[in-house]
Amino acid sequence: MQRIDRSEKVRKNFHQAKWDEPIIFELSTPGERGINVPAAEPEIQAAVGVPEIPESMRRKTPAALPEIAQPRVLRHYMRLSQQTLGADVNIEIGQGTCTVKYSPKINEQLARLPQVTELHPLQPEETVQGMMEIFHKTDTILREISGLDRFTFQPGGGSQGILTMASVVYNYFADRGEADQRDEIITTIYSHPSDAAAPAVKGYKIIHIGPDKDGYPDFEAFKAAVGPRTAGFFVANPEDTGVYNPRVKAFTDLIHENGGLCGYDQANANGLLGVTRAREAGFDLCFFNLHKTFSTPHGCGGPACGATGAVKKLEPFLPGPFINEVDHADGTKGYEFDNRFLDDPRSVGKVRSWYGVAPVVVKAYAWIMSLGAEGLWETAKVAVLNNNYLFKKLMEVPCVDAPYIDGKQRVEQVRYTIEKLTKDTGITSGDIQRRMMDFGMHYWTSHHPYHISEPMTLEPTETPSKKDLDEYIATLKHVFQEAYDTPEIIKTAPHQSVCHQVDDSPSDDPDQWAITWRMYLKKAKGRA
Amino acid sequence: MAVNGLKNHPYIPNSTLATQEEMLKELGLSSLEDLHEEVPEALKLTRNLNLPPAMGSEFELKRHVTGILSKNRHCDEMLSFLGAGCAQHYVPALCDEINSRGEFLTAYGGEMYNDFGRFQALFEYQSLVAELVDMEVVNVPTMDGCQAAATAIRMAARMTGRKEVLVPDIMDPDRLMAVKNYCSPDITIITLGHDDGTGQLDLEDLKNKISDKAAAVYFENPSFLGFLQTQGQAISDIAHENGAEVVVAVDPISLGVLAPPTAYGADIICGDLQPLGVHMNYGGGQAGFMATRDEERYVMEFPSRLFGIVPTCTPGEYGFDDVAYDRTSFGHHREHGKEYVGTQSALWGITAGVYLASMGPKGMEEVGTTIMQKVQYAQKLLDELPGVKAPALASPGFKEFVVDFTGTGKTVAGINQALLEKGIFGGKDLSAQFPVLGQAALYCVTEIHAQADIERLARTLEGILA
Repeated sequence: MQRIDRSEKVRKNFHQAKWDEPIIFELSTPGERGINVPAAEPEIQAAVGVPEIPESMRRKTPAALPEIAQPRVLRHYMRLSQQTLGADVNIEIGQGTCTVKYSPKINEQLARLPQVTELHPLQPEETVQGMMEIFHKTDTILREISGLDRFTFQPGGGSQGILTMASVVYNYFADRGEADQRDEIITTIYSHPSDAAAPAVKGYKIIHIGPDKDGYPDFEAFKAAVGPRTAGFFVANPEDTGVYNPRVKAFTDLIHENGGLCGYDQANANGLLGVTRAREAGFDLCFFNLHKTFSTPHGCGGPACGATGAVKKLEPFLPGPFINEVDHADGTKGYEFDNRFLDDPRSVGKVRSWYGVAPVVVKAYAWIMSLGAEGLWETAKVAVLNNNYLFKKLMEVPCVDAPYIDGKQRVEQVRYTIEKLTKDTGITSGDIQRRMMDFGMHYWTSHHPYHISEPMTLEPTETPSKKDLDEYIATLKHVFQEAYDTPEIIKTAPHQSVCHQVDDSPSDDPDQWAITWRMYLKKAKGRA
Repeated sequence: MAVNGLKNHPYIPNSTLATQEEMLKELGLSSLEDLHEEVPEALKLTRNLNLPPAMGSEFELKRHVTGILSKNRHCDEMLSFLGAGCAQHYVPALCDEINSRGEFLTAYGGEMYNDFGRFQALFEYQSLVAELVDMEVVNVPTMDGCQAAATAIRMAARMTGRKEVLVPDIMDPDRLMAVKNYCSPDITIITLGHDDGTGQLDLEDLKNKISDKAAAVYFENPSFLGFLQTQGQAISDIAHENGAEVVVAVDPISLGVLAPPTAYGADIICGDLQPLGVHMNYGGGQAGFMATRDEERYVMEFPSRLFGIVPTCTPGEYGFDDVAYDRTSFGHHREHGKEYVGTQSALWGITAGVYLASMGPKGMEEVGTTIMQKVQYAQKLLDELPGVKAPALASPGFKEFVVDFTGTGKTVAGINQALLEKGIFGGKDLSAQFPVLGQAALYCVTEIHAQADIERLARTLEGILA
């Protein structure tokens, strides 16, 4: 019998699972149910009767939820999960700026133990010493990785970490009576949109610095922007282009000379672990995305954790509480909450409920403990090796280019441009994105607006093997060649996905948009 | 250079030396040290990070972490009456099954074409919550209920162009702190008094303090202290007469039996999804939702992603897309977007969808009924104890209620310590945050509390108070 040839790296026969699965409301059969609820015991019912609900507070019409037996609910969601190309089933190189790496299964198992999931945040300290120990140890580890002095795990993601940094900056200057005077935050065009959006929530005027000809934040423009109105400088380094600003210390020094504070967006920290730190670069604040750099899974967009750190002088401004290690009389160590923030008007107070997303902290802790210092360094080095290998191979493709620092290395990712391909064929980066999915590959362009034309932002991390990288490169090359040879197949893509090209015209039309099933029935089907 | 890597690590395929050498050769480099040429030497660490050594194996890691976690005593082995915004409810096995699926767990920012299931599951989540709260528009979840409340208030402020918000003085204190931070410096929070006997909002105080500067009146129903705010319509009428929006935070698991806030005038409904199939997770199971009517002026003020159903080029096929994407900071607007958007708590939203789809209208009605009956039974037994008043506030309640121990001559702290020694977590001590209530505690009773559990609490308290 002839063997199947496996030498071809492009998965031409890929087809994503496609179930033609109805919307869950379409599965409803009156009278069915998915789970039984424990009823109050007969003695309780006899003792209290029907619940005492004031007439004004009684629900008059049952919620129009679907009625579905358990096997069908399960099948529905299993099918939807199969129609989702998570990192566990994908060579996840295409989601630049997001550091989608391997999330070890043991960490997930640990975080799903009842010793984590069944803890209430108000349990007495003596009953949650294990969880407090993990929070404290992870804090200590992040201090060492960043060089900063204290971390809070309250922010529920990187963007809330940025809001926390902006809040700390605001409270710091309010405490000095300078809040009105210092009303500007400087950021760069290639930092994440939230570096602009989150400080704006705190009322800051946002100043953007563009790149110089090499792609570094323009120092001359920066010097012109810094002044007595500057409250802070929030920047990613490397920025989302993958370009590391080697003069970063000159930037932070200038901010400090002008009395401002520097916040480091470390969403792109993966390629720098154990190599360089926030403190040495002059930052007063930083955050790490535990769901990115520290390998906890992204969960379709959370839950996450944007652990936020500060130098000593800013510690009183962080949201609380903190956890301190204490010595017991018997010589053992223990942990207790430090609630000073409650009485300290300088503190941000709270940005989120309680102490943060505990299972994410447990997973991050386990990941770090499985690697140690040497493993973190290896992580950073291999992530950068993988990225520069991908970079070199793609720059050999005629239609691919990458603006800035020609011939030099990038850190964690690269924002490429396929402008030449578009000029040659009319095929855009958005078209390529759709076509890559026909081969089981995810591909991301970049945030809007596009500052680099026809962008393509790829970030391999340390997870893919060389074979995986080669497969991704081969697939990209194949699709680029299609753009020249058979452009129609790309323009009409995807063909092997769950669904075909969407008609997005209703999405911006209030008469047509349908954010919920009841809106859809009303607008598309005319049902009241 | 003192730094060395960890070769052949199971998580890092390319940590094998042979592969590294091959790849480095492609780059014209001789070692990993040659990478990071853009990082100045002065900024580079020349030592290993001072961290504990790597675990030698997955087995050792598991033993290490479980060893630490074994110091915890969790609520499945204890009997817990703790609530205050995070509660122990039954999590159907189906919720855990879907929540742990690797495809959902490890997906992130894919497009509709590769993350179709994520888009549909979140659209369905929005649709299911919409039915529960009787609104048309629901967002992809925010971080938690604190952020949902704060964002709802900021939405109202943008819509009205006004800068004052009125809130009950007995709202969730943690949430108040988060709201204050989100609203500072431009929005002023004004607190409203309450009736000491019932906890109900002081309508006269509201009338006196509201003005044409008010963007919103915010209240919680059930309130933080568990009682039902029965004057919802009157509060809404006063707010609307003054041109303010009405923002109501709800406990979603109450809405099988309790009227959705649309029944008494709410414009924006918000809350936390944790009761809907998400474990407590030490307070990490929180996820916020917001809901409004389908009016452009509301929709355009949502900062969050809103997934909508759209047609595709193939007739009869459903597709999904971001509705009005350019509202958000992810769109073309950066700081001019509505607030900001980033990673929030989508997986908990999918899980809440599984919960609502499993429960259906009947299940939601039953769980609400069960909780209320068990609460009333617990109140009855505790109120019979000498010196104990339960509920301390003379209003009907849901899930949580204030127990006043002042008459026993003992402190809540002392009582809770004694309960702990008997394997019971007593209610949250309110005496510091709400001194006006005296030695009071907030008890939480849900469908997971059997009659025997409630009777055990009452008997144990009887012994402690004797």
